[in-house]
Amino acid sequence: MQLLNKKPESLLDVKMHYCPGCGHGIIHRLVAEVMDELGIRERTVGVAPVGCAVFADTYFNCDMIQGPHGRGPAEATGIKRARPDTIVFSYQGDGDLASIGMAEIVHAAIRSENITVIFVNNAIYGMTGGQMAPTTLLGQKATTCVEGRTAKQAGYPIKMSEMLATVDGAVYLERTTVHTAPGVLKTKAAIKKAFQNQVDGKGFSMVEILSMCPTNWGTRLDNPSEATKFVAEGMQPVFPLGVYKDAGAEKK
Amino acid sequence: MAEKKLMKGNEALAEGAIRAGCRFFAGYPITPQNEIPEYMSWRMPQVGGAFVQAESEVSAINMIYGAGATGVRCMTSSSSPGISLKQEGISYCAGADLPVFIGNVMRGGPGLGNIAGAQGDYWQATRGGGHGDYRTFVMAPNCVTELGNFPHKCFEVSFKYRIPSMVLTDGLLGQMMEPVDFKHPEIDPKSLPEPDWALGVARGRGKRIVKSYDLKEGGVEIMVNERVKRYQRIEASEVMYEEKMLEDAEVALVAYGISARVSVAAMKMAREKGLKVGLFRPITLWPFPKARLVELSARIKSFVVVEMSLGQMVEDVLLSLNGRAPVHLYAKPGASLITAEEVCAALEKIMKKGAKEYAAVK
Repeated sequence: MQLLNKKPESLLDVKMHYCPGCGHGIIHRLVAEVMDELGIRERTVGVAPVGCAVFADTYFNCDMIQGPHGRGPAEATGIKRARPDTIVFSYQGDGDLASIGMAEIVHAAIRSENITVIFVNNAIYGMTGGQMAPTTLLGQKATTCVEGRTAKQAGYPIKMSEMLATVDGAVYLERTTVHTAPGVLKTKAAIKKAFQNQVDGKGFSMVEILSMCPTNWGTRLDNPSEATKFVAEGMQPVFPLGVYKDAGAEKK
Repeated sequence: MAEKKLMKGNEALAEGAIRAGCRFFAGYPITPQNEIPEYMSWRMPQVGGAFVQAESEVSAINMIYGAGATGVRCMTSSSSPGISLKQEGISYCAGADLPVFIGNVMRGGPGLGNIAGAQGDYWQATRGGGHGDYRTFVMAPNCVTELGNFPHKCFEVSFKYRIPSMVLTDGLLGQMMEPVDFKHPEIDPKSLPEPDWALGVARGRGKRIVKSYDLKEGGVEIMVNERVKRYQRIEASEVMYEEKMLEDAEVALVAYGISARVSVAAMKMAREKGLKVGLFRPITLWPFPKARLVELSARIKSFVVVEMSLGQMVEDVLLSLNGRAPVHLYAKPGASLITAEEVCAALEKIMKKGAKEYAAVK
């Protein structure tokens, strides 16, 4: 029997805690595959966030650090500046990166820290039980906006890739999705580029990945297409996919 | 090695950290500690280290959390309001057992307060300041030479016991210029062994994790209890203090940092008036020199705590003595200077008129 595909070496063979239909497991695997393919596992340090991916430190098979909510880019800055021979990635959700950690992500981009950021946008606070996120859509229901988010009361969903594209130090910004098979493949290519940029010393790279949260969106767990439909019809019009910045070529 | 240089206290602290092998600094401007990041910004590149002006104190301490996790000797500094902002990160450093070094140049508070030297952050520094059960090794210098030399001890203790350390000083000492005598040989960080917990290049070893959490039932209790054993070892071996003229003293002034300098002058004035006064100066504020105070209480009649706060260290003196001797307090909050004359007058009130104990005698 021929082994066609195996678990990446960069991912430990342990049971993950993620809910059925959640996108984190897919994204973890893609990051791990990229680490394997680039041969960087043994010099990579990952930064786990506060939020659903808090236990990422136990899933990736590389050195990991878990720190305060939203401060991943600051931790990554410290690691990378202290040990420039490492490859450093910060894995963050939308509450972590776009709300409490807004200053850290923007200033890491401004300094063009040579790090890779994996930003998982599922438009909700997952770990804490479905509160409104900075990326929650207008009209989307959450436990802190039970009738749906209104612009009058809570403002608008933040578009991080578009915003960071205005920052000179940001080298590579792409928004992808993992709700379709082609989306998963494109996400992997984007993650690979974001890591390759760091290997090449190009500077700050971030991939924003639209992802599913059936548990807290209230979509049916026995019908995953409800969640993928929300990504396609709800999130994508607000968060269009695509490359928002690719200054790598001229910045070398 | 003796090499004297005229330096500002803040600069001496920065240079002392570099000589102790510090190779990463992150900080944010705040008066009266700005000379520290300014000095580090040009000095770090000279020694092959890295300097980052962070976007906030919050980011700066988290940069230190990251750099410290790689086993590199690293430092951040700030003044009172900025140290408040760093408390979450200091708690994480304590919870993840990271040997990071923090310079705290106190100013008047609470709130924005003022920018003059004060001692109102003793509780914050010695009680942890951030959330959770933890300790920080805290040293209080009383001159620019000590500012230049204490980073060496802080890094030594930090790495030996895996605990954050702090030099707690104030705007007066930070801004003061004095000749500095750097007593320790310069440490080349390349000569230091890589700690067996440090993150970085994993070739030939398994993955390592730096974290402060454990959600298993009883998990954090085990983590904290293991740490408590290290705290007990620190309390047993790392206490530092200084004594002046206590041999024949009836009353001991107890003061740290800038207040201890004022107290030396007050002690001399009181001696000229025939009062038998000495000085006990805690150098480590945590661990606090409890046992020595108890020993002294066998022959010292009473203790007078002098501090530029509403009276914070006095609680440690009271706890240490546990009723063995009367304790008086001469304190001024709000970064108001205490003068030797005032302290001497208080001593006269206590020793000649028998003023009531525990009261702030002003």
